[in-house]
Amino acid sequence: MGRRAGRLARQRYSADPPSFPKARRMRVPLAALIGLFFTSLFFLSAIFAPLIAPYGMAEVVGDVWEPPSDRFLLGTDSIGRDLLSRMIYGGQTTIFIATAATALSFVIGSVLGFFAAVSGGWIDQTLSRFVDLIMSIPTLIFALVVLSVMPTTIPILIVLMGLLDSTRVYRLARAVAVDITVMDYVEAARLRGEKIGWIIFRETLPNALSPLVAEMGLRFIFAVLFVSTLSFLGLGVQPPQADWGGIVKENKEGINYGIAAALYPAYAIAVLCISINLVADWVLNRTTSLKGGRG
Amino acid sequence: MHPIVTLVAQRVALGVLLLFAASILIFVGTSILPGDVAQSILGQSATPEALANLRAELGMDQPPLTRYFTWLGGVLQGDLGTALTNGRDIAESLGSRLGNTLFLAFWAAVVAVPLAIFLGLLAVRYKDRWPDRLISAVTLTTISIPEFMIGYVLIYWVSIQMGWFSSVAIINDSMSLGQKLNAIAIPVMVLTLVVLAHMMRMTRAAILNVMQSAYIETAELKGLGMLRIIRKHAFPNAIAPIVNVVMLNLAYLVVGVVVVEVVFAYPGMGQYLVDHVSKRDVPVVQACGLIFAAVYIGLNLVADLVSILTNPRLRHPK
Repeated sequence: MGRRAGRLARQRYSADPPSFPKARRMRVPLAALIGLFFTSLFFLSAIFAPLIAPYGMAEVVGDVWEPPSDRFLLGTDSIGRDLLSRMIYGGQTTIFIATAATALSFVIGSVLGFFAAVSGGWIDQTLSRFVDLIMSIPTLIFALVVLSVMPTTIPILIVLMGLLDSTRVYRLARAVAVDITVMDYVEAARLRGEKIGWIIFRETLPNALSPLVAEMGLRFIFAVLFVSTLSFLGLGVQPPQADWGGIVKENKEGINYGIAAALYPAYAIAVLCISINLVADWVLNRTTSLKGGRG
Repeated sequence: MHPIVTLVAQRVALGVLLLFAASILIFVGTSILPGDVAQSILGQSATPEALANLRAELGMDQPPLTRYFTWLGGVLQGDLGTALTNGRDIAESLGSRLGNTLFLAFWAAVVAVPLAIFLGLLAVRYKDRWPDRLISAVTLTTISIPEFMIGYVLIYWVSIQMGWFSSVAIINDSMSLGQKLNAIAIPVMVLTLVVLAHMMRMTRAAILNVMQSAYIETAELKGLGMLRIIRKHAFPNAIAPIVNVVMLNLAYLVVGVVVVEVVFAYPGMGQYLVDHVSKRDVPVVQACGLIFAAVYIGLNLVADLVSILTNPRLRHPK
């Protein structure tokens, strides 16, 4: 998807003198490189968690809250599990849930958003007012209300977060698509008698991709923060499964004794989210000429 | 009728309608979802008789529409029902907690709003130089960490390592204002950091947007100083978007309070809500959810009203 956006961006720049194609490709800003590096680092460690982690996820290997040492690089947690292993497995859980929820919210949000924009009329009105209604209740409160009657399993968390977040994606996708549907080529496709599926996926989607990709980074960050918050409140990922919010919950008592175990997830989340922000900024900046305003 | 009155009336009516719809949504979310309240309270091993009894006690044997209107009728008369877990009246338990929550949110707003506007102006004044970059970097960091983690980072560094302020924020009525403020110092810092970032960034964007107008260029060409341009020409025109941003963030603050209260064991509504979500105490969750939604919808309404009222194009119709 990213390659596609890049190609579109380059096509748009084709008015530039063609003699410097290399210079353009080299101009990846340092900030974006750093962002890319850390983002891939986190995703790789999530994918290969069982290979990297020195100990098992729920394996008790030492004393309670041992300080960092050669055996335990980050020390041990509140019941003597290796904290580094917990962090790696926790990253896996958190990143997996956030990725799945983001993917779900993009599929639902963008398809419905494009559908509303292309159809117009009462379909657009109904969908948009319903989204307004969902967004009038704070996301966290809504999630808490639903979780008070639903079991907190990982599939339910993913579906809940994906659905709640799809309202934001819907708004963006609809706004972008409304600008696109007035273009001549969409009109031409309609006159050719193309079906609505063709207009959505072949005419609208490719041209709306760049703003959506940039937004995807922000939605992913939001999903990471959200699932961590729910787990911290005891309403997300359930122990002994590790996840970053849960690690804070398990080790929070240690803070009062000056043990920093609960702070590592905070640092990890900050680094991950800032890196993704840097990448998203870069994607957005290099493709701004493409999006016809977010109006 | 003056068009502005019509607009305001329309917006208020929309707010009331939204609140009504939100109450339906909250009720539906807790009642008609596949999860069975009685089953989740009593656990998997409950006997069918016990389940049937509890369902009757909760009124679950009534049709949903009847239950909804009974509930809504009660809420409109200030009766929020009784908690399942301890049988206490919810409105009574909520009273002082709502006050505490608003107290915390109020002081966070008192610190955060002026600071955000000041930093936003500073960032515009030194755009693309080190103060702007520093402010951007710090705010980017605070946006990227969940509230509760900022809370623990501050407890660790400020309260434990440096020994300032207390790490729990338990307040009661017998404390003086000074003692209370001392107790909530760190929660206020956390909330400030959380909303500051959004507010400051949007203030900066709003002013920069105004700064691109032709009349700012004219002022520059007249030879006015940068500060004077910002104060006399840019800021008055940026007030409407800034007030809007501030209101939206106050709405956000009311929600951010939920998590921060849990971190600091603060006796507010958020902690009460989270407690009862894990106990699956549905009436309490419904009541708290509705109050949070009402405050949120109300603040959003005020934000929209302010932007209608401060828009000169609407004030002076042709």
